[in-house]
Amino acid sequence: MISIVNAALLTLLATVTVAIVRQRSLFGVVILAGAYSFLMASLLIALDAVDVAMTEASVGAGISTVVLLATLHLTRTREAPVRRHNLVALLLSVVVGGALVLGTLALPPFGAADAVIHHHVAPHYLANSVRETGVANVVTSVLADYRGYDTLGETTVIFTAGIGVMLLLRSFRGRRRARDDEDGAQ
Amino acid sequence: MSLDLIIRVGTKLILPFILLFALYVQFHGDFGPGGGFQAGVIAAGMVILAAITFGMDAAKRIAPPRLVEFMVPLGVLIYAGTGVVALLMGRNFLDYSVLGHDPVHARELGIFLVEAGVLVTVSGTMTALFYAFVERGR
Repeated sequence: MISIVNAALLTLLATVTVAIVRQRSLFGVVILAGAYSFLMASLLIALDAVDVAMTEASVGAGISTVVLLATLHLTRTREAPVRRHNLVALLLSVVVGGALVLGTLALPPFGAADAVIHHHVAPHYLANSVRETGVANVVTSVLADYRGYDTLGETTVIFTAGIGVMLLLRSFRGRRRARDDEDGAQ
Repeated sequence: MSLDLIIRVGTKLILPFILLFALYVQFHGDFGPGGGFQAGVIAAGMVILAAITFGMDAAKRIAPPRLVEFMVPLGVLIYAGTGVVALLMGRNFLDYSVLGHDPVHARELGIFLVEAGVLVTVSGTMTALFYAFVERGR
């Protein structure tokens, strides 16, 4: 049953990806990217990664779509003329894609219980999370307690990104104009 | 104005429930999926939905820009501050086990505090980001 669901979702993902590549209108691309994120979230639920699915649905399909639409509103959507066949780009894509496929070949089989990553600290977390932290959801206890440093870093990344975007985009016009008026009055 | 009646009434109906769901995701993160990050994004989504439906002025009444911009660094301060408190009480940075009378409750409290920090920063940043983009287009 679950394999049928996975097959259907992956087929839809591939279809949406091809549609994104072939779509010339950027508005269409943004909407299709939102659909892609929702499909990805469904796939992650099928893989039992509900926390990641939630993030994918809210960030990928929600906030990203809104921000991309706002960007389309701010920028012009004229396409620069390009040469039809760019051999360097093709070569680069093939090489990078090939390297990625080669990298996945060395990974342990998908979902393998005896993979190295499942035998380092994970058994300790799974066995002792409730006893040591009183939190039943191991994802939460790992994120906020055992790996608190990492999450502090993540939060700082979000903070830095937000400050960066605000410095670049936020209009300080209103405040400046008020100050200019003050200067004028003096 | 009158043509989008269904959207306006529908949005008005679901706005409080979106915020309630964000709070559920935040405070139920100990037992179910979710946590500060997801809850923050959902809460910011509520403000964005209000802005899309009722306009920026309505959204700014719900989440004033000054408050939102204040929340961006505040969350990181709550998170790092929890770590510093543990440091001052004689343990390692972010070792919560000294924050309460017994280590298990203390760690639960520590997780609650840092998740609150994540919620504050994420919801603030996402809303501020949206405001920055929209204000730029005006």
